[in-house]
Amino acid sequence: MTRRTLVLAFWLAGIAAAAVVVSQARYLTDLSAFLPSHPTPMQRLLVDQLREGPASRLLLMALEGGAADERARVVSAMTGRLRADSAFSRVDDGEPLSAGRDRDFLLRHRYLLSDAVTAEHFTPDGLKLAIEDTIQSLAEPAGLLLKSLVPRDPTGEMLHILERGLGEGAPRQSHGAWSSADGTRTLMVAQTSATGSDTDAQERDIARVRAAFREAQAAAGPPASAIGLRMSGPGVFAVAARASIKQAAMRLSIISSVLVTGLLLVVYRSTRVLVLGLLPVATGGLVGVASVALGFGAVHGITLGFGVTLIGESVDYAVYFFIRSASGSWGRDLWPTVRLGMLTSVCGFATLLPSQFPGLAQLGLYSISGLIAAALVTRFVLPELVPSRFPIRDVTPVGLGLRRLRDAIRRRGTKALAAAALALALAATLVLHAHWGTLWNRDLAALSPVPLADQQYDAKLRADLGAADPRSVVVVSGPDLEAVLRGAERAGATLQSLVDDKVIGGFDSPAAFLPSAATQLARRRALPDEASLRDALHRALAGLDLDADQLEPFVLDVRAARSGALVTPQDLRGTSFAAGFDALILHASDRWTALLPVHVADDAGAREIDAERLAAAVGAARLPGTQVLDLKAETNALYSGYLHEAIRLSLAGGALIVVLLLVALRSPARVVRVLAPLLLAVIAVSAALALGGIRLTILHLVGMLLIVAVGSNYALFFDAEDAAGRDPSPQMLASLCLANLSTVIAFGLLSLSHIPVLDALGLTVAPGTFLALVFSAALTARGPPGKHA
Amino acid sequence: MKPAVIAVCALLLGSAAAGAAEDALDGVMRSLAARRHGEADFIEQQFLALLKRPLESSGTLIYDAPDRLQKITREPRAETLLLEGDVLTVRRGHRSRVLDLKTYPQLLPFIGSLRATLAGDRAQLESMFRLEFSGSVAHWTLRLTPLDAELQQAVSRIQIDGTGNDLSRVEIRQPDGDRSLMTLRPHAAP
Repeated sequence: MTRRTLVLAFWLAGIAAAAVVVSQARYLTDLSAFLPSHPTPMQRLLVDQLREGPASRLLLMALEGGAADERARVVSAMTGRLRADSAFSRVDDGEPLSAGRDRDFLLRHRYLLSDAVTAEHFTPDGLKLAIEDTIQSLAEPAGLLLKSLVPRDPTGEMLHILERGLGEGAPRQSHGAWSSADGTRTLMVAQTSATGSDTDAQERDIARVRAAFREAQAAAGPPASAIGLRMSGPGVFAVAARASIKQAAMRLSIISSVLVTGLLLVVYRSTRVLVLGLLPVATGGLVGVASVALGFGAVHGITLGFGVTLIGESVDYAVYFFIRSASGSWGRDLWPTVRLGMLTSVCGFATLLPSQFPGLAQLGLYSISGLIAAALVTRFVLPELVPSRFPIRDVTPVGLGLRRLRDAIRRRGTKALAAAALALALAATLVLHAHWGTLWNRDLAALSPVPLADQQYDAKLRADLGAADPRSVVVVSGPDLEAVLRGAERAGATLQSLVDDKVIGGFDSPAAFLPSAATQLARRRALPDEASLRDALHRALAGLDLDADQLEPFVLDVRAARSGALVTPQDLRGTSFAAGFDALILHASDRWTALLPVHVADDAGAREIDAERLAAAVGAARLPGTQVLDLKAETNALYSGYLHEAIRLSLAGGALIVVLLLVALRSPARVVRVLAPLLLAVIAVSAALALGGIRLTILHLVGMLLIVAVGSNYALFFDAEDAAGRDPSPQMLASLCLANLSTVIAFGLLSLSHIPVLDALGLTVAPGTFLALVFSAALTARGPPGKHA
Repeated sequence: MKPAVIAVCALLLGSAAAGAAEDALDGVMRSLAARRHGEADFIEQQFLALLKRPLESSGTLIYDAPDRLQKITREPRAETLLLEGDVLTVRRGHRSRVLDLKTYPQLLPFIGSLRATLAGDRAQLESMFRLEFSGSVAHWTLRLTPLDAELQQAVSRIQIDGTGNDLSRVEIRQPDGDRSLMTLRPHAAP
């Protein structure tokens, strides 16, 4: 077997194996990329909330335009259709569909549900007070609706239950449907059966809502034609974000492929060479994904997204290879330098491996394995595949031009250039220092691909609906439902005092729908026996305008409640309270969790909850298993932790690179000459971004790593030539320039994407690698030009 | 005179008599509609079968054209009721409740009848009630009977008495025999 056959067989076998792994791999597109690999219980809860919590399944729909009554008709038709669809666990438009069942439920269980039920409530004085109140209520219009209830419920438990909690915070009504306060939008809410992180299912469900809308609109005829549907909610955002990233990535990669291949074709003049030139990148990408799949068990979508980073370096390998092998100096001169450059990048990316942020750790492994594979293919496979003579364009004239340019710069003298570099470094450092406080963006929202206008619209709809901003949630965990309901009742008492102090506007609690068995038992025990009740009632009614015999149904109802069963979750089925209850109770294996979302105080003009006072109050109450989860702060803290960790790891990577170069080059001076241009490029770009008002995110940091990874090749080439006592050949200068041009094109296009993640990478890498090349050309040599020639 | 002519004359006379009441109703409506703002103290008594004695409350009624009606109850306990457009806001203490009349149509005759009368909006009254007018522009009585079967379950008849563009008495009868009687004493026009 020839060497050629062996190499190719080995390579093809590797590709085949990688392809098998890649095709079998599990791909995750959910938020688990952001879940720390060793989460605290709080972080686990946080991510579960974001991923699967009731808030993540919420679809908010608003109908705008046309007449309000037409909108209400369309909404009602949509609701009917969507309620029949099992993809939605709940669809509400304010239509009192289950009003009858709700009323029956409340009426039947009122003495177990009302927190007014105590022994005192049924003493003569307590009854008198409550009945007087009920009589007064009859004078008001809502009282007229309750008139028929008085004989059964003279103490007004129904009104009390409705006023305390269940009926609270309901949206405005117009024409029998929910409406915004200004009446311009008619609203409905759906909860999907699928989790919010299942973007495919969300996309399908959104399409179903749209179809239901179109059908209802068509059925309503021409008056409804002016009505438009707008949707919001986490699922809608996720679907839109995925679509826009997909679209932008597709568009940009097509444009950049066309540009880069066009550029390479001009140089290579052969499609065969062009295709061969893409082999290192393709092999690297495949091996990278396969390694991540093997190493982590599953590949995050975000890792694939970062994968473009690989193009930055591995395309260069082929460029160096073709241009230099045309001049016959590849294996001898170039490979050791490419290898060192590759190892430098590997060191940089290796430091990402221990990151708690799985997205970053996967990126590290992906880049390391991909780069090694690409370099190996360039070194061993390409030489076997290229024809002995291939018609590459002679780039010598371009190289000579570049050399003249470089010489012009370098003729200013080493000292002058070093001084200029120092001055630039100093200026950039000053800028960074001045912006230090605001340099890093610690808000995860900075990475959100959701446009601000959409986020604001979402907030508006939530305000219309009185839906709790899922920002602050009091979380009660326990081993069973009863435990968490009791915890929720205790936490509710603390929260109620905050409501009374107007710190918060209100809160939802599962215990409002279903009190704990302990509470229900206590209330049931508080109900008097028939004889005592009749006696107390007789005395209470003295001086009141109500006859005891009018209230016979009341006596019978209390008697029934005394011997009746406690309310169970099954009793909630079929009422509109079931959805509310289900949304607030989570159950996973042996863990039960009750959620108490907290509402913003509406009159304080405050848009946000005083999280500190909330946390302090809940903390002071010393409630077991109870915590305040500030979703936004917690998410930002998580992200901020990642950012800090990434910065630390990058610095460690820098140190590792220094060690590697010291070992390889065996000269501190050379290490300084190699690293200075890269460092200068990184801080110059950071300073420019800071000056441009851009706050740096974790993606900018990844971009900086790429500047070092890609730029180290440039600097090492110049250094190698310098160490060998040569001036760089025109071919080498041309190949570096070509490699950089393709990198700048690919990443420059990313910066036009308007998607924060891609923007950040593009804006950092494109100018950074260009500066790295210029600085390397200017700084990585000892003497003035022509010294070696 | 030929019988046909007599018949025509009789028809004309008859319609003239009907026309007089129509004219007076239009006159009352016009004079009510001309008023942009009005205030009156009220005393309301509710006669409920459930209760041995009528429930009494009192306060002030404030109307602002075209569709804002405010009922401020002071006795026996403070409560404000505001009808604006289709939205009814009930405020007691620091708690308020917002009701959409489209969702609770049974509330409409109670307060909507009063507002439409104050607005002099005959078309709106006729969309909900059969109207019977008697008296003159100076002293009039308007009887309203709900057209809608659903409304008839809430209200069987409303009678409004007035002098000129002031309302003096509003009586609402419910099908179960309960009734409320509101007596109004207008504030002097500013």
